[in-house]
Amino acid sequence: MKQALILIPLLALPLVLNDFWLTQVATRSLILGVMALSLSFLATYLGVVSFAQATMAGIAGYTIAYFGPNTVGVGTPLPFWVTIPMALIFATLSGALVGLIARRSRGIYAIMITLAIGVAFFYFTRQNYTLFNGWTGFSGVRAPEVAGVSLRNPLLLYLLSLSTAGIALALVSGFVRSPLGLTIQAVRDAPGRVLALGISVTTPIVAAFAFSGLLAGAGGILNVWYQERISSFSVGLGPIIDILIISVIGGLRHPGGAFVGAVVFVLLDTFAVDLIDRERFNTLIGVVLLLIVIVAPGGLQQLAQDWAARLRSPQAKPKQASEHS
Amino acid sequence: MTLFLIVTLNGLTLAALYFLAASGFSLIFGLMRTVNMAHGALLLLGGYVGYSIVEATGSWGLGVVGGGLAAGLAGAIVQAGVLGWMQGDELRQTLASIAISIIMADLMLWHWGGLTYQVELPDLLAGGHRLPVLGVGYATIRLALMGFALATGVALWFLIQRTRFGAVIRASVDDQDMLRAIGYPINRIFVLVFALGGMLAGMAGVVAASALSIAPGTDLQFLLSSLVVVIVGGMGSIGGAALGALLVGLAEQYGLAYAPTYGVVFTFAIMVLVLAVRPQGLMGKAEL
Repeated sequence: MKQALILIPLLALPLVLNDFWLTQVATRSLILGVMALSLSFLATYLGVVSFAQATMAGIAGYTIAYFGPNTVGVGTPLPFWVTIPMALIFATLSGALVGLIARRSRGIYAIMITLAIGVAFFYFTRQNYTLFNGWTGFSGVRAPEVAGVSLRNPLLLYLLSLSTAGIALALVSGFVRSPLGLTIQAVRDAPGRVLALGISVTTPIVAAFAFSGLLAGAGGILNVWYQERISSFSVGLGPIIDILIISVIGGLRHPGGAFVGAVVFVLLDTFAVDLIDRERFNTLIGVVLLLIVIVAPGGLQQLAQDWAARLRSPQAKPKQASEHS
Repeated sequence: MTLFLIVTLNGLTLAALYFLAASGFSLIFGLMRTVNMAHGALLLLGGYVGYSIVEATGSWGLGVVGGGLAAGLAGAIVQAGVLGWMQGDELRQTLASIAISIIMADLMLWHWGGLTYQVELPDLLAGGHRLPVLGVGYATIRLALMGFALATGVALWFLIQRTRFGAVIRASVDDQDMLRAIGYPINRIFVLVFALGGMLAGMAGVVAASALSIAPGTDLQFLLSSLVVVIVGGMGSIGGAALGALLVGLAEQYGLAYAPTYGVVFTFAIMVLVLAVRPQGLMGKAEL
């Protein structure tokens, strides 16, 4: 019911926004939000912060580019009803693979391993020309046309991104209540006890990573349609950090916060030119990240919850806030 | 055969650089459980400062020392100013150090621009050297680099195993609370070790700028290598860092020479293989 209340104004958004706001801000936020959701999901329910989400999204994007219409003459074009499921499957498999590699590592170790995987993939796409067309990557990637209208059309891409985001959120909330989803949370809380019950911890961990790969892949497909190109820079440290920053701004332990973080990030990215020299955007985003980590480690979502709690009962100060005040 | 020898020597050169970079990273991690994501940025800062000093004074030795001191100071500021306040919250420290590395990389790009820098070598190290027995010529600076890494490794081992300060570090790795209880200023020790790690990175940066070259992006390259080296070798172990650096450096160069477009895959395969067999790294202690 609450979700429906948010959905109505979002559906009405195209009526009030012009093409710039709709595409550059709203659609982009949704796409980045879906990718960041894949990270927040892992962080919240498996308790692992993964830096390989841009890699999974990139694998979906590269699949679309390689098997779709592009202007660099690499790959074999296939119809889009083949490439889209294929891209999602590859992204899911890559997620499972990352999970398999990182399955025995937790906390900072998992961060180091997934970061190494992500950066290694970046260098790999740069070196390899047969599959990834090296440094230049793929350009001229076109979104499929349905009944003569391209899905890249601002309105259609917005609605598509909105429905993908909605489905992704619904999938997450359904998945975490399923037996497998509950096992994943049990592994997060007490891996030793899960093992003692005779349940393997490998399967839930790999499944959680695979599911996050599916989410990241969905975001990756939308992103390659939106950008109309993909290259090594789409999977480099930049996007890896962007996804992380979005999740942290929204709150790593709040899956829905990914979209809040995405809106803040996109607004900063779009309008930073007015605040600060365009060239120094990275300094700005670094300072924002540092401030969030220092002032509100739970992210904006947590901050809002704390304030709401404080407004309701001024006496009972929330724990989080008193720690840092 | 000559190609194989040259590639092996290149691999050893790279391994020496990776060891210099990773030893500081590993030292910091071993003591404080801090994954210092700004390590690559410290290395690049050292390289840039070293370059500027060599340009201004013409003394290469001064450049190496100055680059190391600048990065060491920056490391101390990072620990004392930001990371120290979050001691114990590893995820937060990691995120904060990422933010610092982004800011540092951007400010360095601002000041030094996107150019590629190479430090001018002193006469003693310029040119090549014909190796006895092997019968191939090789750049003197690269040979000196291997010697430098070896000397650094021995010095670190001596510092940690044979001096009083090293004993305090080792005690702190084992039981921080006890050390604090008997009155050691643990926060100051943390800052010192961070400065030491930063100094190692900064000197590695100057040496990297002399033997190879540095540019924006070098920070990422060395952060990745440091990560893989300590994952492979074992976190917090200097010997592990040496072993990991050897494996990764050689794998990268053989990969580059014999399978140019799949070079990174070798590095990656080593990491995956080690994680499958020994998740704590080849010479790491098991955590759980």
